[in-house]
Order: sequence, then structure tokens, then C-alpha cells
Amino acid sequence: MTAHEIFNILKTKFGDALIETKLSAAGGSASIGYAMQMWISIAPDKIREICLFLRDDSAMQFDYLSCLSGVDYNNGTLGIVYHLTSMVYKHKIVLKTYCTKDNPHIQSVSDVWGTANWHEREVFDLFGIIIDGHPDLRRILLPDDWEGNPLRKDYKVQEFYHGIKVPY
Amino acid sequence: MIDPTMPPPPTLPTNYTAKPGHLKTSTGKTIRTEEMIINMGPQHPSTHGVLRLEIVVDGEIIVDCIPHIGYMHRCFEKHCEQMTNYQKVIAYADRMDYCSAMTNEWAFALAAEKLLKIEVPERVEYIRVIMAELQRIASHLIAVGTYGIDSGAYTPFLYAFIDREKILDLFEITCGARLLYNYIWIGGLSHDLPPNFIEQAKDFIKYFRLRIKMLNDLLTYNEIFVKRTAKVGVLPKDVAINYAVSGPQLRGSGVNWDLRRDDPYSIYHKLDWQPQIGKGEMGIVGDCWDRHIVRMREMEQSLNIIEQALAALPEGNVKAAIPKRIRPEKDAEIYVRTEASRGELGYYIISDGTASPFRVKARGPAFVNLSVLPEITRGGLIADLVLTAGSIDIVLSEVDR
Amino acid sequence: MGLLDQRFENGNVFITSLDNLLNWARLSSLWQMQFGLACCAIEMMAASASNFDIMRFGVIPRSTPRQVDVMFVAGTVTIKMASRIKRLYDQMSEPRYVISMGSCATCGGPYWEHGYHVLKGVDRVIPVDVYIPGCPPRPEALLEGIMKLQEKVRRESLAKKRAQEV
Repeated sequence: MTAHEIFNILKTKFGDALIETKLSAAGGSASIGYAMQMWISIAPDKIREICLFLRDDSAMQFDYLSCLSGVDYNNGTLGIVYHLTSMVYKHKIVLKTYCTKDNPHIQSVSDVWGTANWHEREVFDLFGIIIDGHPDLRRILLPDDWEGNPLRKDYKVQEFYHGIKVPY
Repeated sequence: MIDPTMPPPPTLPTNYTAKPGHLKTSTGKTIRTEEMIINMGPQHPSTHGVLRLEIVVDGEIIVDCIPHIGYMHRCFEKHCEQMTNYQKVIAYADRMDYCSAMTNEWAFALAAEKLLKIEVPERVEYIRVIMAELQRIASHLIAVGTYGIDSGAYTPFLYAFIDREKILDLFEITCGARLLYNYIWIGGLSHDLPPNFIEQAKDFIKYFRLRIKMLNDLLTYNEIFVKRTAKVGVLPKDVAINYAVSGPQLRGSGVNWDLRRDDPYSIYHKLDWQPQIGKGEMGIVGDCWDRHIVRMREMEQSLNIIEQALAALPEGNVKAAIPKRIRPEKDAEIYVRTEASRGELGYYIISDGTASPFRVKARGPAFVNLSVLPEITRGGLIADLVLTAGSIDIVLSEVDR
Repeated sequence: MGLLDQRFENGNVFITSLDNLLNWARLSSLWQMQFGLACCAIEMMAASASNFDIMRFGVIPRSTPRQVDVMFVAGTVTIKMASRIKRLYDQMSEPRYVISMGSCATCGGPYWEHGYHVLKGVDRVIPVDVYIPGCPPRPEALLEGIMKLQEKVRRESLAKKRAQEV
């Protein structure tokens, strides 16, 4: 299935939850088959429903979540990008959701794919996006009492951590 | 400066309440038992690095195992954003998985080349495949050698490292470094192969085929090793796919998925090789022995690939396609995944039109493979936990990036 | 120790011979803590394998900090790990030495500028005796570092006061 067909099926089923879609500027050599450039943007309160549909529907069967990344777009919005693969049909799709820095809440997909558990904890740790419905939301890479979210664009390193000087 | 909108950290462990029980002794008395929390701390000879495991045990049986990571978080993604050039990221990328640096560099170079729409010469593709497969053998040798130490056998470690030194000699005559190379650049390579490389590589292939058989006789089919690893740490197929496990761990559970064939890149489709699948020969499909034998057999397949690539190596200039200025288009983004030694290594790069990346997310296979550890150790013994964690073959700096 | 200080302050032939014996015994069997952090740990493992063979220097890996003389800090020390390293160092029994292997342990390495979670040099938490530069240092460089530590141990004496650690 191509990305356009998947988008059409989602559009007929979920309608206005899909905000926009775009064919990314980066192409790829036709012989190597990188069809991963088209992304579909989803409203943050519908992402779990759509992911459940994508996993369970017999024509889609996106059973493999390759990657879940947080992004800071440097204009007041944060977002999460999901790269899905189907092992059965070998097609791929990219989903995106957005939230603002003032109200950083996104639904969790950790009960759809078990791998999202640790990925979402990492997004919470490094970006500060609060994942609603996550079973165990706490910092994973940094110490529990670290101040700030390092991968945000406006992050300032703290001077001292328990008496240890942090910058050079 | 604590952010009041963030939820407070919970008291650890999160899902644990002590369950008292009662044990009847042989004399008829009843003694009160309780679960215990044991800490396999960041410094431990068997955790393959700075991994902390918090184990809740009932006697010797594991009730729950909670991994704590982050002790090797070296801020790779922040460095990528601050570097002034895409080429400078290569040096950081190969420190991410230090046992298998060539595959890391290749994945990032591939991602950047797709973003910039660069086609590399064919000689570069063949040399990259040769280097990546040599690196795969070297990485699996570390995995196999340290796995022997985990199960109590010290000699396979020494044998594996002798063979690994021969591979590192090959790398050293090519680019000067033994462990962290900065060899695969965006658009090409930093050095061409030296004149004696092909001869030395062919000697190595002939030498190593016998050594694989020797390692198998020494460790893989050893009765004690089989008894300790068969039927232990079984990872079922559906759990593996749900947890996005990849690499030898996924293939050990019987899933026929190899990115070199199923999401092809470079010239793998021109070479004749087979992905190796675990079949449960010594126990159950998906146990520790299956993962181990998949690694051993993958080393043999890598030798086949290297042999064919050396025979078909074309001429050319390896630096012909290296761009002078790296400036992708604005808002271009790409996710590229390759089959590294541990599984699916992916780089998601977003560019904002300048010479340094806007966002690089490194999807490390060890991070995802480790997340399945609580599921497969529940109900086993602590001694089995050591072997299960070793069979996942984690490298902590790829887990933490 | 106090009695020896008062009686043999300037050192005489008894103390010098005893010094030589003790120092030779100590430097010939520097047991190391089996503790590798990152990339330098692989080079440390390669150094203890057959090609470079660190055991001929008397260096055996032990798992517990109570039984070791020297700790190789091999690899990047992160802020989360720093307090654990301090605790391990405190658990070592004297005389104890630290070799900082690789540029990450010496000064933060390639992560010195933008690494928010990297400790810029392990000597911010524990005192270091020998620094080995390199990223990663070759196993031969590690062996030279051990030899430098052996020279340092050779110069020690019972009569001289050791530096007080704060």
C-alpha cells in the first residue's frame, strides 16, 4: 500500500482528526525504495485511536513501531513523530502530533505497542511532554532530580548538581 | 527552579508492594516469608556496562526486574544540533555503539546522503559492505566472548579476542584506528583500501572459518553451556514484534526479518547470503541458546558476503562524491534504518536548511532490545537473569546515547 | 605508623630495605577493579586478552572494590554515575590508586563543550594518580600507564607522610 492510499483510508474513517499531510522535500533514489517521506499529522487527542486502528486493521497491520521521537520546533510547539512499519505487508508510514509548550499533553500509545513505553519516557525526560495514560511516567536517562529538559531549544545547563560542577 | 507543572517523581519502585507469604517447613512449622529487593548496581561484572537492575525476588525466583539506565547518557542528540557540519557528527556517531562503529557511521552517512540526494560510487558501496561485515564479525566476537565469561567459561573470551585482533589489524592498515574510525564519510570514505588489504582479508577469511568451528566446539555445543542457556529467557514471537525487538534477538525468536533483505540498502541484493533464524534446536524457540547460535551463524554468512564483495570489487575514486558544502533543503526530513550488529539502527534527521542538523534522533537497537528484559526474566532464577541479559547483547552507550 | 614516623624520620637502612620490599610487592600485583564504562573498556578488555596480556604485570581483575589496589576509570563518567564512582572509591582499601584512562575520564573528552550530563574529568570527584590520553588509548598506552603507576609506587616510603585526602 502506498502512503497516499493509507492516507485516503484514514481520511474516510477519521475525517477531521487528520490535520494535514505533506510529501517531504527529500526524495530518494528510486532503486532503493525509501517511501518514508510522506507524513500524516494527527490531532493529539485522537492519536491512540488511530494507532489502534492502524495496528489491528487487516489491510494495514502496522505491528512494528520503528521509532518514536520528540521534536522541539523552536516556535513554541513541541511534537512527537511516529515511524510505523508493517512486517506483514512491508509498507511504512509516518505520523506526527503536536502540542504547545504551555500545555504539553499527548496521549500515550504504550498499550498499542509495548516499545512505546520507554520511548515515551525518554520524550518526557528530554522534552517535558507529559504523556497522558502512560503507566510509569518518570525520567529514564537523566537523574530524577535533574532540572530542565535538555533537548528543548531554550535549555540552559545548570551550574551545579549536588556539588558537582556541570559545565567545563 | 523545579518546574511546578511537572508531576513529582514517584517513590521507587513504582508497582511494588511486599507480598508476605507463608512457607511450610518439613517439620511442620510455618515461617513467614517476604519478597526482597536486590540491587545489581551500576558496577557489576556481569551487566556488560553501567546498567542497574532492581530485582524483586521471592527466594531465588524473580518476581520483577526493573532496569535503570542513563548512566552513560552522553548527550549525542544535543551534540548533533550544535555541530557546525554534518560531517562532524560522524565522529560522535561511532562512539554511540563502540563495539560496532562502522555500522553506526554508515547509517548516519546513508541518512545524510539521502537527504542531500548524493549517489556514491560503486567502489564505495562495496568497501562499505566489506567494512560493515568485518565489523559485524568483530562485534559478535565480543558478544560471544563475554557471553562465555557470563556463563563461567573464560577461555572462549581469549580465543575470540585473538580473532578480533586480526580484524582490527585490517581496520588499522586502512584508516589507522582500532576501535573508533571516522572512516565512512558523507559521500565516500576517508581513505581508499591499502594495497595489501585484499590479500590479508582473504587470509583472514580462510583462517576464521576454522576458528568458528573451534568456537562452536568450545562453547556453543558444550554440555554445561547448553544446559544453562537452553529453555532460558524465552522471548515469544508476538512479544518480540510488539516490543519492536530487532537483530539477532528477533531472529532468534523465529521471525524471518532482516533489514538487509527486507528494507534493502546498498548492494546487499546483489550478494548471495541468508538471514539466520532460531529454530529451537536445543530447547524452545527464542531461548538464549537460539540467540547465541544465530550470532555464530551470522558470522559465517558475513564471511560469505565479504568473499563475494572482494571478488566483485570495482575500481573508482572513493572521494569523488564527497560534497564541499553540506546544505540540505529546508524542512527536509528522513528516517533511514540499517541492520547494525545489534538490530535496527535508525537515524531520523530533520534539517532546517543550514549546515548543521536541526534534530537528529538516533534509534539505538540496544535501547529497544533491553526494554523487553522484564518480560522475559519474570519467573526465572537470578542466575538465569545474568545469562538472559548477556544474550540480549547490549552496549550501554547505545542504550543511553 | 606514628611510631615509625617519630623514630625513623630521615630513613635509615632498615626503612629503605623495608620500603623496597613493600613497594616491589605492591607494584608487582596491582589488582584492578573490573569496572569499564564505555569505549575505553573495550580496549581495557583487549589489553587483558592474549595479544597484550595485562596479567604479566600482575594486574588481575577483581569484582569487589575491597580487594583491589587500582581502579581504571575507563570511559566517560556521567553526572549520574559520579556519585557511584565516589562511593566505589571510598570502599577501596588503602593503598589505593586511580588511573584515568582515555580523554573522557581526563577532561570530558569530545563531550566537553556541549555535554550537559558528562562529568568533565573524573578528578572532579576522586583524586587521580596517572592520566592516559587517547580516544581510545591503545592497549600499549594502557600498559605504559600501568608502568608509570609502578614507578610512582616505587618511590613511596613508609617514613614520608602521605598527602592527606580531604
